[in-house]
Amino acid sequence: MSLWTRMANVLRGDRLNREIDEELEAHIAEAIAQGREPGEVRRAFGSTLRHREESRDARLLTWLDSLRADFVFGWRQLRKAKVTSAAAILSLALGIGSCTAAFRLIDALLLRPLPVANAERLHVITFENTGPVGMERYDSCSYPMFRQMREDVKGQAELIGVSYADRLDLTYGSDAQMEKGYVQFVSGWMFDAFGIRPAVGRLLSADDDTEPGAHPYAVLSHDYWKQRFGSDPSVVGKTLRIGQTIFQIIGVTEGPFTGTETGTMTGIFLPMAMKNPQTLASWNNFWLRTFIQLKPGVAVEPVEERLRATFHAIQLERVKTLVRLTPQQMAQFFNEKLYVNDAAAGRSNLQRDYKRTLEVLASLVGLVLLIVCANVANLMTAQAGARTREMALRVSIGAGRWRLAQLVLAESALRAVLGGIAGGMFAWWAAPYVVGMINPPDDPARLVLPGDWRVFAFAGLLSLVVTALFGAAPALRASSMRPAAALKGGENPHRTVWLMHGLVAVQVAFCFLVLFVAGLFVTTFDRLTHQATGFSSERIVNLETLTEQAQPSVNWDQVAEHLREVPGVQSVAMTTWPMMSGESWTQEIVVSGAVPADVLSDFLAVSPGWFEEMKIPVLDGREFRREENYPNAAIVNQTFANEFFHGENPVGKSFETIGPKTERVRVTIVGYVKDARSRDNFRFPVRATAYVPFSSVDGAGVPQLRGRGTFVVRTSGENLQALAPVLREEVAKTRPEFYVSNMRTQAEIMRGRTFRERLLATLGMFFAGVAIVLGGIGLYGVLHYSVVQRRREIGIRLAVGAQAGRIARLITADVFLMVAVGAVLGLVSGVAAARTMESLLFEVKATDWTMMAVPWTVLVVTALVAAIVPVMRAVRIDPVEMLRVE
Amino acid sequence: MAKADSLQGSMDLLVLKILSRRPGLHGYAIMSAIQDISGEVLRVEEGSLYPALHRMEEAGWIRAEWITKESGRRARLYELTAAGKKQLGMEESRWQAVTLAVNRVLREA
Repeated sequence: MSLWTRMANVLRGDRLNREIDEELEAHIAEAIAQGREPGEVRRAFGSTLRHREESRDARLLTWLDSLRADFVFGWRQLRKAKVTSAAAILSLALGIGSCTAAFRLIDALLLRPLPVANAERLHVITFENTGPVGMERYDSCSYPMFRQMREDVKGQAELIGVSYADRLDLTYGSDAQMEKGYVQFVSGWMFDAFGIRPAVGRLLSADDDTEPGAHPYAVLSHDYWKQRFGSDPSVVGKTLRIGQTIFQIIGVTEGPFTGTETGTMTGIFLPMAMKNPQTLASWNNFWLRTFIQLKPGVAVEPVEERLRATFHAIQLERVKTLVRLTPQQMAQFFNEKLYVNDAAAGRSNLQRDYKRTLEVLASLVGLVLLIVCANVANLMTAQAGARTREMALRVSIGAGRWRLAQLVLAESALRAVLGGIAGGMFAWWAAPYVVGMINPPDDPARLVLPGDWRVFAFAGLLSLVVTALFGAAPALRASSMRPAAALKGGENPHRTVWLMHGLVAVQVAFCFLVLFVAGLFVTTFDRLTHQATGFSSERIVNLETLTEQAQPSVNWDQVAEHLREVPGVQSVAMTTWPMMSGESWTQEIVVSGAVPADVLSDFLAVSPGWFEEMKIPVLDGREFRREENYPNAAIVNQTFANEFFHGENPVGKSFETIGPKTERVRVTIVGYVKDARSRDNFRFPVRATAYVPFSSVDGAGVPQLRGRGTFVVRTSGENLQALAPVLREEVAKTRPEFYVSNMRTQAEIMRGRTFRERLLATLGMFFAGVAIVLGGIGLYGVLHYSVVQRRREIGIRLAVGAQAGRIARLITADVFLMVAVGAVLGLVSGVAAARTMESLLFEVKATDWTMMAVPWTVLVVTALVAAIVPVMRAVRIDPVEMLRVE
Repeated sequence: MAKADSLQGSMDLLVLKILSRRPGLHGYAIMSAIQDISGEVLRVEEGSLYPALHRMEEAGWIRAEWITKESGRRARLYELTAAGKKQLGMEESRWQAVTLAVNRVLREA
């Protein structure tokens, strides 16, 4: 029989016993059948029980059997104390689940290698620049730069250019069937370098990426192919149109690869050379990321050195093409430094924006887990107190210290495993839920969140650590007990109480920290969302519209006019893009012949009636008139007036800017309006803004055509959802070459600006709530335990006439002292922690006294509530009954 | 050599040997065989035979099988395995070496 049968025998212990017994009985029966005296036979045979035990030990793994017995016993204990067990398991589930969910997110976004060959050899070029606003980091460069760098490190590394994933309008049929898709321009040799094979057709090759515009081919990702085309292989050969270019689909990738931009799943890959020729030729248009795949055995440093030399040479050339740089800007330009960073996990803006957020969330979650551990340890220690006699008895009849510890640890492990399973289910649900909160619902961030061995290994390891953390205290206590004292019923109670008090202090400190940090995030979110925008977003819908060919402004006016007649529409105006959409247009401003200002000003093209519609007050002058064109007239905001006209009323004055053909153009100011926020970042003040007419003319006065714009519609009713499809249809009905690419309410756009802060505030609040509940339960447990432990003392005190108040103080004094100690510890660590996440905060200081007062108050209230029941129980102790029982 | 404890070291050897000659014996039969063949000199302590059998079974030297006898009673029959044969060879030669050595001491001391 092997180890395996011995393990199996552990599980069929009863049957094993029966079998052995039967064999022993058969022996005795045989002896009697041989004519021996039954009494003599039994005497000669000896104790069947002893022989059975010996045989049993030979036939199974004894340690496994004792472990099994411990688990069975532990399970009975769990079921006996249902409420405590449920509380412990639920809080463990919450702790382990939140940690696992946080791990899944961090792993998916920052750690998991891309599904490509040799991901560990993948790097990316980034640039760092110390400018007036501090250190700036970017990772894009221009196409000629990319080609030059690739040439210079040939032999040591392959460079792969990848554009930012863009969500573009495209169609597989007519214009009426426009849809959105994520598109990336990539180097033709990317698929080869990444070892990606086609599922059908063929993939792009180096030959498809040679001449600009020569190879209009597209490759679909497997994921997109499955979702959009139901894995139909006949898709190869079909065409799609993006803008004016028609691409032919030549194949579909195999495997899970969806581009290099973690958090975005690219559906369509196009050759780099199909980007428009001007962009390809420009040294100053930075639009692509450069991945480096090192050749085997090549170190990063020499490649980085080589690339730095190349970059410096490029900078020397580039500076010639840049005109009018101030010496300061020049110095800054040459200060830029190239770095080669590890990029096994891909590279995306989502990583940049959410790295810190996820780290902070992970720390919060970790704190909650520690609170859970302290809490459960306290509950268990208190429960173990009730089992001192049982333990003492076990020691007395010969159980070793280690056996006792094993018994208690088995129980802890049972809790951890049950908590782990429930936590796993929680993480299963929670991780995608959090990802769903990152971006607007119509364009969600898409992270691959597989439940593979990495996640299971993490959850398993976590459960183990947790068992060790919260199981250690009661196990130690059980194994270090002195049976003589315990059986007499009076072991010194203060030892465990101090252990529990220490845990209370730690728990309160963590609680305070979680509450404090959550408070900072909630305040940040509150301050950001209550930032004045300077305009009214009520009932505003933005119809971001594209046209097949650029259209004269008469046609744009015609569509706007038609929309005004739709029932439910109050007013319609036009602009290039919605307010706070994240897009901007900047220009240099020159006032009265001086040198151009250092800071570029924002420009925004708006139609007549736009200010009235957005409810932006006109301080002086007027709105645009129909016949006015850019660059003849401008309306400026307060910041503009402050910056260029010393705060004086600028109406009637003029400034110079750069016209459509880079010539200087004089613009007359016809209006002066209050500041309104057009940029998307709530953290920065409103910028100097010049509004210019929606229609424009060139130097010779010829009207310019326009291919994109936004109809800003204010509706009269609240039901924007019902009106949206009608508006979309009306646009196309008026002029078929117009197509609504995107339709968003203004409120929606503004919500999108604070997703990160909302996420932090929501999850912060959630964890604060959890921490407070857990902290309260923990305090209650400890107080309750100390009442039970000291009931004799309390009984005597009451009998000799102690006041209720004195008793209450007696029980709570120590614990409340611990609460105070914990709160101070929490405060100190909170202020320290807040420093590390300043970038996530807005207009809130960690040293602000209100920020500290709220967690203080909440903690004190929680402690008081937790104390009520134990104190009541203490003062209601009937001295007579108590002393009689004892 | 009537004492069980002096037989302790050689119990395995005896059981294996008996089973190598007569496969398919139950515990009582093994015990009787040892006693009979040794002319009642060697007596096995009845109860401790079974833990020994089970230990040898665990080691893979012997294997057991339940059968139902004509009397309707079940019996557990033992037989030698290949590993048991090898073990028997080893135990036998060790026994020979030990008795040889003991004899030499008795002769030459």
